[in-house]
Amino acid sequence: MNELADIALADIGLDGLAISGILIAVALVLSVVRRLGLEKDLLVAAARALVQLLIVGFALRIVVDGDDPLIFTWIWVVLMVVVAAWTVRRRAPEVPNVIPLALLSFAAAAAVTLGVLFGLRVFEPTGRAIVPIAGMMVGNSMTATVVVSRRLVAEVRDYRDLIEARLALGLSSHDAFAPHLREALRTGLVPQIETTKTVGLIALPGAMTGLILAGVEPIEAVRVQVAVMYLVLGSVSTTAAVMALGLTRRLFTKDHRLVLVEKAASQP
Amino acid sequence: MSGFELSGIVVEGDGRRRLDGVALEIGDSGITVLAGASGSGKSTLLRLLNRLDVPDEGTVSWQGTPLDDVDVLLHRREVGMVFQTPAVAPGTVLDNLRIGAIDLDEETGADLCNLMSLDADLLTREASTLSGGEKQRVCLARTIATGPELILADEPTSSLDPEATEVIETLAKRFTSPESPMQLGWIWVSHDSGQIERLADRVIRLDAGRVVEES
Repeated sequence: MNELADIALADIGLDGLAISGILIAVALVLSVVRRLGLEKDLLVAAARALVQLLIVGFALRIVVDGDDPLIFTWIWVVLMVVVAAWTVRRRAPEVPNVIPLALLSFAAAAAVTLGVLFGLRVFEPTGRAIVPIAGMMVGNSMTATVVVSRRLVAEVRDYRDLIEARLALGLSSHDAFAPHLREALRTGLVPQIETTKTVGLIALPGAMTGLILAGVEPIEAVRVQVAVMYLVLGSVSTTAAVMALGLTRRLFTKDHRLVLVEKAASQP
Repeated sequence: MSGFELSGIVVEGDGRRRLDGVALEIGDSGITVLAGASGSGKSTLLRLLNRLDVPDEGTVSWQGTPLDDVDVLLHRREVGMVFQTPAVAPGTVLDNLRIGAIDLDEETGADLCNLMSLDADLLTREASTLSGGEKQRVCLARTIATGPELILADEPTSSLDPEATEVIETLAKRFTSPESPMQLGWIWVSHDSGQIERLADRVIRLDAGRVVEES
């Protein structure tokens, strides 16, 4: 453990940070040699990552400081959720009124996952634990929300004839859309399940890597990582389900008619 | 009255009136053909009768009751609908027949195939592998499996070859004839003058969303 602590890279210093920038140069060389035209994007991305994370780092000092009340922590979490909901709208512009549904999905996922992890004291409810865990919950849920909502709208556009044929046979909107809802949920959940299956075999996950780099005993890091993976599975499932069910209600009227997606977008 | 009664029907869409003050009575027996050029409002009208759409103004009544007041799922079983493009679900023909009739057994499925002049061996075939004409007959069979009194047919033969078209037309006439135990009524959308002549007991012609002729 002492050896690990000795080589821990928690403080790499400014010189270490500058040296790691050499790796950006590798990508730049590739872009120039292969005429990819990505040099500007690479430089902007590298600079943005540095500036954004520095700002976040300074802000987090306030949020995770044990002496401050958790109110700043929860404000941070709410901000993450709001930004994620806006991001969902940007990534899924064809989905009608997606922001309220995304907010509802994230709120449900937060209640379930943070409730279990902090309510049952898997982690101590401190700013230092809540912020990163909520971040992982929101980040992964956001991806699933985008995938599921876009897939649902695509199912309606691609299979409108079949869905209406089922409705015309006297099926309820719930039954007529069930196969498509299943497909959309599978599309959202399967990648996360596959990632969970192969974790550790192909690449070490982020939280575990960070903890090991910071000098934590690997087995302890594994315990945290497994809890995080379960958190991600739980939050992705919850957000996908809430988004799918909420959006399905928007796509049908109470008297079992399929509305045009464009019309659904204009409804409050 | 028996059948449909429409009064003051207006449907707006695409910046125009797709149906403009339509008032009609359509009985629940025989073959009524809704004729007219593309965009005249035929399919829009048919969708109202199955409650897949609702009018912006006016009332559609079935057997004397406004559709606003009926159980829409029950209504769609009484008034079935087949579409222009046969949309079969993934799975076998039998799976498709069971969409609206969950408890349908294989024997009844085979009877339905015979009724549709389809080989009963097709029951276990993937529905997606059938020809266009066979798919349309499967769609008709699964509609009949729900026990409708009347079938709305939205240009059901427009994507079929003449041979498949003749089979569907023959079935329609057979199910409507006084000798048939089903005594099905049809409201059939068509713009094919030959088909209208072959099938229609009554023709309602639409133009620009208005009824311009009844014969």
